[in-house]
Amino acid sequence: MNPVNYLYLAALLFTIGAAGVLIRRNAIVVFMCIELMLNACNLAFVAFSRMHGNLDGQIIAFFTMVVAAAEVVVGLAIIVSIFRTRHTASVDDASLMKL
Amino acid sequence: MENLIALLVAAPLAGAALLLCGGRRLDRAGHWIGTLFALASFALAVPLFTELLGRDAEQRTLHQHLFSWIPVGGFQADVAFQLDQLSMTFVLLITGVGSLIHIYSVGYMEHDERRRRFFGYLNLFLAAMLLLVLADNYLLLYVGWEGVGLASYLLIGFWQHKPSAATAAKKAFLVNRVGDMGLSIAIMLMFTTFGTFAFGPVLGAVGETSEGKLTAIGLMLLLAACGKSAQVPLQSWLGDAMEGPTPVSALIHAATMVTAGVYLITRSGAIFNGAPDAQTAVVVVGAVTLLFGAIVGCAKDDIKKALAGSTMSQIGYMILAAGLGPIGYAFAIMHLVTHGFFKAGLFLGAGSVMHGMNDEVDMRRYGGLRKYMPVTFITFGLGYLAIIGFPGLSGFFSKDKIIEAAFAKGGTEGWILGGAALLGAAITAFYMTRVMLMTFFGEERWRKAPTPSPAEPSVEPAAETRGEYTPPHPHESPKSMTIPMILLAVGSVAAGGLFSINEAFVKWLEPVTDFEHGHPPLSASAITTATIVVMVLGVALAYFQYGRKPVPAVAPRGSLLTRAARRDLLQDDFNHAVLVRGGGELTRALVQLDHSVVDGAVRGTAASMGGLSGRLRQVQNGFARSYAVQMLGGAAVLIAATLLMRGV
Amino acid sequence: MSFPLLTATAAVPAIGAIATAAVPAAKRTVAKWLALLFSLATLVLAAVVAVRFTPGAKGPFQLTESHAWIRSFGVRYELGVDGIAVALIALTALLVPFVILAGWHDADPMEGPEPNRRWRPTQGFFALILAVEAMVVISFEATDVFLFYIFFEAMLIPMYFLIGGFGDRAGSGGEEHSASLRSQAAVKFLLYNLAGGLIMLAAVIGLYAATADQLGSGTFSLTEIVQARADGKLALGTGTERLLFLGFFFAFAVKAPLWPLHTWLPGAMGESTAPVAVLITAVVDKVGTFAMLRFCLQLFPEASSWATPVILVLALVSILYGALLAVGQRDIKRLIAYASISHFGFIIMGIFAMTSQGQGGATLYMVNHGISTAALMLVAGFLISRRGSRLIADYGGVQKAAPVLAGTFLVGGLATLSLPGLAPFVSEFLVLVGTFSRYPAVGIVATVGIVLAALYVLVLYQRTMTGPVKSEVRAMPDLKARELAVVAPLIALLLFLGVYPKPLTDLVNPAVDHTLSVVDQHDPRPDVPVKADAEAAK
Repeated sequence: MNPVNYLYLAALLFTIGAAGVLIRRNAIVVFMCIELMLNACNLAFVAFSRMHGNLDGQIIAFFTMVVAAAEVVVGLAIIVSIFRTRHTASVDDASLMKL
Repeated sequence: MENLIALLVAAPLAGAALLLCGGRRLDRAGHWIGTLFALASFALAVPLFTELLGRDAEQRTLHQHLFSWIPVGGFQADVAFQLDQLSMTFVLLITGVGSLIHIYSVGYMEHDERRRRFFGYLNLFLAAMLLLVLADNYLLLYVGWEGVGLASYLLIGFWQHKPSAATAAKKAFLVNRVGDMGLSIAIMLMFTTFGTFAFGPVLGAVGETSEGKLTAIGLMLLLAACGKSAQVPLQSWLGDAMEGPTPVSALIHAATMVTAGVYLITRSGAIFNGAPDAQTAVVVVGAVTLLFGAIVGCAKDDIKKALAGSTMSQIGYMILAAGLGPIGYAFAIMHLVTHGFFKAGLFLGAGSVMHGMNDEVDMRRYGGLRKYMPVTFITFGLGYLAIIGFPGLSGFFSKDKIIEAAFAKGGTEGWILGGAALLGAAITAFYMTRVMLMTFFGEERWRKAPTPSPAEPSVEPAAETRGEYTPPHPHESPKSMTIPMILLAVGSVAAGGLFSINEAFVKWLEPVTDFEHGHPPLSASAITTATIVVMVLGVALAYFQYGRKPVPAVAPRGSLLTRAARRDLLQDDFNHAVLVRGGGELTRALVQLDHSVVDGAVRGTAASMGGLSGRLRQVQNGFARSYAVQMLGGAAVLIAATLLMRGV
Repeated sequence: MSFPLLTATAAVPAIGAIATAAVPAAKRTVAKWLALLFSLATLVLAAVVAVRFTPGAKGPFQLTESHAWIRSFGVRYELGVDGIAVALIALTALLVPFVILAGWHDADPMEGPEPNRRWRPTQGFFALILAVEAMVVISFEATDVFLFYIFFEAMLIPMYFLIGGFGDRAGSGGEEHSASLRSQAAVKFLLYNLAGGLIMLAAVIGLYAATADQLGSGTFSLTEIVQARADGKLALGTGTERLLFLGFFFAFAVKAPLWPLHTWLPGAMGESTAPVAVLITAVVDKVGTFAMLRFCLQLFPEASSWATPVILVLALVSILYGALLAVGQRDIKRLIAYASISHFGFIIMGIFAMTSQGQGGATLYMVNHGISTAALMLVAGFLISRRGSRLIADYGGVQKAAPVLAGTFLVGGLATLSLPGLAPFVSEFLVLVGTFSRYPAVGIVATVGIVLAALYVLVLYQRTMTGPVKSEVRAMPDLKARELAVVAPLIALLLFLGVYPKPLTDLVNPAVDHTLSVVDQHDPRPDVPVKADAEAAK
């Protein structure tokens, strides 16, 4: 199978993720969409790795997973604490961090 | 002997420093200290005069170089003095009349708590005036020139608590500054033309330069003279200057300072001789002023202002004479000296009258005073006869010569100038007779309570009108005041005659000012006769108007000309409307402009920055998703830019 | 190596500033005396500089010190003085003790039982004044452009606190209101001068780049650059030179200040206390005009000649505009500020007339204006502190109540209007003659300024000092001994320099001739030069 198709899939996934981040208000869904974008990137990296015949892309994919895992830990903690204080998981309600 | 010249200036200067910095300790003796220093200066002048007389006519110039004052590149100004016949004449006049007026002031200012300061200012004036006439270059002359302006400012405004005095002082200084502008431009022109501004080199090199330059310098000098000598169009300050104490009016605004313009023109004779156009301007100014001052003098009821108009007119004669060139210089100075005597005497007489009349200045509140103040009456009367040119007295000799010289100018010009001078003589006789009759003759109008005057509504009703009126008790002034008046009267009577013996005065000045005999189209005796005839006409007219008929205690409304003359021929109204009001509007507009435009541009930039940042702030709305859109957009733009760049 | 005299002259006030600031809060009086002592020590050192300096000796700068500082950028710690700098250092060192003495009580903590009284740190006030002095002195001494730039800018910091932190007694609007006006004025001062400074920084870097490009290694040294230009090793392009000139000139014109960059001055002088106002106009602003002479003209001679017409017109506008605005002011201190703008117009006009009379006069003008404005402003400050108002209309008849105060005020005013016999006349006339001999029209228009000067001074004197005595003024005390000790020497100096300015002209003339030779300008010749022997015969 032509590896370019994986890139198309990655682009599709990324677009879905980005649209989700912009459109959805629920923090958990936004969070999942971010994960989706990260994984789309991973897929692209792996596909490129395959296409170019070296391991750089795969190594970076591992880095991304680590970062994503760390992000999930911190991000979920923040979301939970916001939910506890405000009884909502909508990102639009948390708009106090501005000038 | 030369080394004494600086002491002439230094003596009164030391007196001024001592009196002004000495503090209250000197209050009790201040007036005598001031008088002493004035007399010391006179005492120094006399041996210098005899020294000069003892020399040959050509050797009569003394120089004293004190120190280099401002040396910068080619600009070399020195503090150096030059004493020649012209300066000597002035020195004697200034120190002589000055000393007499110091003595007079001892009595006149007796009850003033600031008498010490008054004498300090008088001494300062003497020092500045002596510096003016002794300087050997124009820049040092300028120092004296502004110095006398300062002294005049301080003395006119001596009674500062009166707003009118403070305003008059400021006005005098400002109008003089306009003239000073002329003098400083003249000095700058001299520097660029000759590379120096010392009398000797400048006047010696006049022949080598173009007439245009000389005309420019001459006109600027004339502007300076107009300011200092109260000539049209800068004459408006002199009448107001009468707010000062009367001895000041006598010394500064009659005998000495106001004649500085005549000195300047005479001293710069060589420049004017080379610039006929400038000379024409000078004679026009002189002729116009001599009529202007005389007309104003006819209408004033304030005795000092009437005399001020007269001063203006007499200086007009001197300027006219000085503008005639070598045929007139000597007579200008001669008239200046005789005028110094009789006008100072007249002012001191006026002061003596005021002293005895509770400082009343309105002549309509005088009358019949000859019985009460015989000495004042006689000395004033002699001064009066001298100024109207009564044959045999000082004014007759000097004024007659000027009228002759005016006719000698030749052509139509000569007839016009001579006619103007003759007309001026007639008016002089008229207004001086008017002053004389209103003050010393007629009904004793001061016995009745004054009635508020409709003609001059600005005059506040005197305190007496509100309560019981107590008429003043006219009395003769103390000896310290009458003796100077007597001495000045002697000068008014004799000076002209003495000077004219064998043309002594003209010969004395000739080496400095040059002299040519004028050739008037009429014979000298015809002109003299004409002068006497117009004088008699003027006196007769005044007698019929003021001697035969009783003088109304309230000024009648008068003709249009009278009313205009009372207001100084509307000069002040013009100045007020154009300069004061216009200038006020201009400064107000500029203050507004500075605030709204110049500063506004900067503040506007600041405000628009603030506005811009306020707009930009709105983008930071706190919604995470809008930040996400911005990030996406930013990333898209970056990627697009990268691709485009690569494509190119 | 000889004793670093110039460094010491700048270091003494700097040490004094630190020492004064370190005095404990309770010992206010000690701090004052300490500050005065250090300022007097600086005066002594400045006098030594003046004595050790030989006018007319070889070389442009004397008493030079030179050490490498930032090697990688060619920045050197290079000091040296010419006659102009000596005169201005002497002026600064002379005025600061009077400023300190005049401001003796200006920074005292407010009396009164109110709980939230503002505590004004006296120590800070005097320390800041000394800090300004130190920086001004080193700016006059620096012959390295970068070194100069640093202190030219650093001066703003203490000045900002002096303007914003200390003011007159509260006016009609109350303490809050005047404090807000004061901080506005301080911010405006800072922003204007920072903007100028930033543009200058760009030009300084540009100059470095140009020298690095053509000389191999970049340098900021004034002497080296002037020498390299003379030797033909350094040739800035016309365009570059003009841009760099404008960058430098802009900063100096803000500081000087030249119309239309002047609007910070009236606010800064009006809102600060009189001694600080004197510090601004008599000392700090002089760095601007001094730098025009030392840096603008010598670094960029061709561009200076190119810009002369425009600058002369701006100077002329400053003269007349400042004077007219002074006439229209209702606030005594703002009036003096606008008068100063007019006088700075004269100074700049003299500098750019490019004649020895013009530039010599301008230098003298800097000194004389410093002394005369100090005299007038400090007396005005004494007057204001007595009545608690800066409005002219609140006064009247002061002459009757306080004759000595009125007399000294008049002398200060007469000096401001350049009365002959007082020092400013000498300089003003020289500037006028110097300008007239090259640009007659400009010279003639500028003489109108002397009439306007008489107008604003005499109107001010008349409205405040003469006329009927106002009831608030009746009990006004006359000058005290301390105040008289401030004013009397200044007036004596005005008189002395008016009658005998030769020591000053002798000091300044060689430096001016040097500057003119760098700019390659000569005095115009008179049309009919009178023979020299006629002069000599006298």
